[in-house]
Amino acid sequence: MILAILETTKGALTETSLETVTAARDLAHKSNYSVTALLMGKGVSALAPTLKGIQTVLVAEDSRLEGYLPDALAGIAAHAIRQKSPKIVLAPGTETGNDLMARVAARLNLGLATNCVEFFVEGGSLKRVTRSNWGGSLLEEVEILSSPALLTLAPHALAAQSADGAAPVVESFSVTLSEKDLRVWMKELIPTEKKGISLTDAKVVIGGGRGMGSAEAFKMLEELASLLHNAAVGATRVATNNNWRPHSDQIGQTGVQIAPDLYIACGISGAIQHMVGCKNSKKILAINKDPEAPIFQRADYGVIGDLHQIVPALIAELKKLKGG
Amino acid sequence: MKVLVCIKRVPDTGGGFKLTSDSMRVDTTNVGFAISPHEECAVEEAIRIIEKHGGSSTVLTLGPQAAQEQLREAIAKGINNAILLEAEDYEFWDPAATASAIAETVKSMGFDLLLFGNESADTCNYQVGVRVAYLLDLPCVTGIKALEIQNNKAIAKRETKDGWEVYEVPLPAVFTIREGINTPRHPSLRGIMSAKKVPIEQKKVTRPAPQLVRKALKKPQEGRQLEILGQGVEAVPKIIEKLREMGAI
Repeated sequence: MILAILETTKGALTETSLETVTAARDLAHKSNYSVTALLMGKGVSALAPTLKGIQTVLVAEDSRLEGYLPDALAGIAAHAIRQKSPKIVLAPGTETGNDLMARVAARLNLGLATNCVEFFVEGGSLKRVTRSNWGGSLLEEVEILSSPALLTLAPHALAAQSADGAAPVVESFSVTLSEKDLRVWMKELIPTEKKGISLTDAKVVIGGGRGMGSAEAFKMLEELASLLHNAAVGATRVATNNNWRPHSDQIGQTGVQIAPDLYIACGISGAIQHMVGCKNSKKILAINKDPEAPIFQRADYGVIGDLHQIVPALIAELKKLKGG
Repeated sequence: MKVLVCIKRVPDTGGGFKLTSDSMRVDTTNVGFAISPHEECAVEEAIRIIEKHGGSSTVLTLGPQAAQEQLREAIAKGINNAILLEAEDYEFWDPAATASAIAETVKSMGFDLLLFGNESADTCNYQVGVRVAYLLDLPCVTGIKALEIQNNKAIAKRETKDGWEVYEVPLPAVFTIREGINTPRHPSLRGIMSAKKVPIEQKKVTRPAPQLVRKALKKPQEGRQLEILGQGVEAVPKIIEKLREMGAI
């Protein structure tokens, strides 16, 4: 049996959870295992019948499970694993999914392969997985010796697909939570102010790197963004470490991962750390004065030259077009 | 206040990877090394906490002799003590193995606060800090981007799409830190000089039976074809053409 541990937010399954269900069904198909999903939280039972194409849904409803209670969720998941003895346990490879599974793995003293992108099944059992290293810029093939195999699925490793079929059997799953399970709990949520277009929502993102040279220089990127539809400005780790931009603007492995229609990279060499954050852009346009810069190996369009001349010229031309 | 910060030595890869001929490792000939980014911020956070509340800070890594370079960098910035768990084969330690060696070493050292990176830059396992917390039976919150110590508790915040989640955790506790919590300082020249003299506590550790075994590293396929639009400002009309094609103007 494959156990899929799912995440919900505001009463709905997350995108990576839907991808996890899809991956679990694929794995089940190759291995002849059945799939059981585990839903935990307040008010999650309504979601159970929507999970078509799998056999069973375990529902752990508890009014205390509001907000993020990682030890409590890990306690329930570990209990489900002990009781149901799955061969494979799969969860979303999100920040919270990886956190939860690390706790489950620690409790059960099992190995955990995080952020898997491929699964190799031979003779009906899981032999190896490929997992993402360096934020996805390198892949690692791993054999899992401990059983059950605990895995998380890298977000967007595959596309979520809906399935037909009968609704699954719903089983309620109750667990007694100990005091210790509840020792880490969210005290409050301070909503962040939303201003402007966020990097993850923008259709065009303009990024500035070492070649910008100063915080001042980013003003022209802001101006360029104001002349384009749905555009926002981001930066590399070099730029945020130099305090030219706040860390929240950082695109990269340790910052934001973006997926706009177009990414315009200005004065960016193309370090792995940065490219991991923009590799899902539909098109990448790089402006750099160094024709040998690695970014040109990972871009669709290249302009070789000084951004401090090209960007102002581009702005002037766009203004002319708007005026005319 | 006694603060522990655990770091990892990772290759400073820059623009690309070369793999060794057996595809088991990143080829680090002619490559420099650095403290993994989240941990660099954890080091900075440890220094700031000790500056504010007094006490002592200790940096620890499981790695080769050469990882003294990263320990001394942390000392040069202001960390007081260093521990090297020496393992030349550190790249092949799985997270459970690393966590058990760390927990075994620090369990009776009386740390109030144990800081880790949220995930390492290279293997991105997301679990050493959590596993150490379980082995030591301490509370743990991951992905922390703000941390404040008040009396005998920590107020830790993680940033999500919906806002800042606030956690109040009694000490001792484990936190895994995310970049953005602070801007790490550069070491001073004086710091670098005096860091050379600080003794590093060393202990050889042996890798236990693994749960995960690396079989190979491979590069993902990259599918972009570069079209050069031109040199300098004369490329502007071509850029505008592309912007128009994509509906950006």
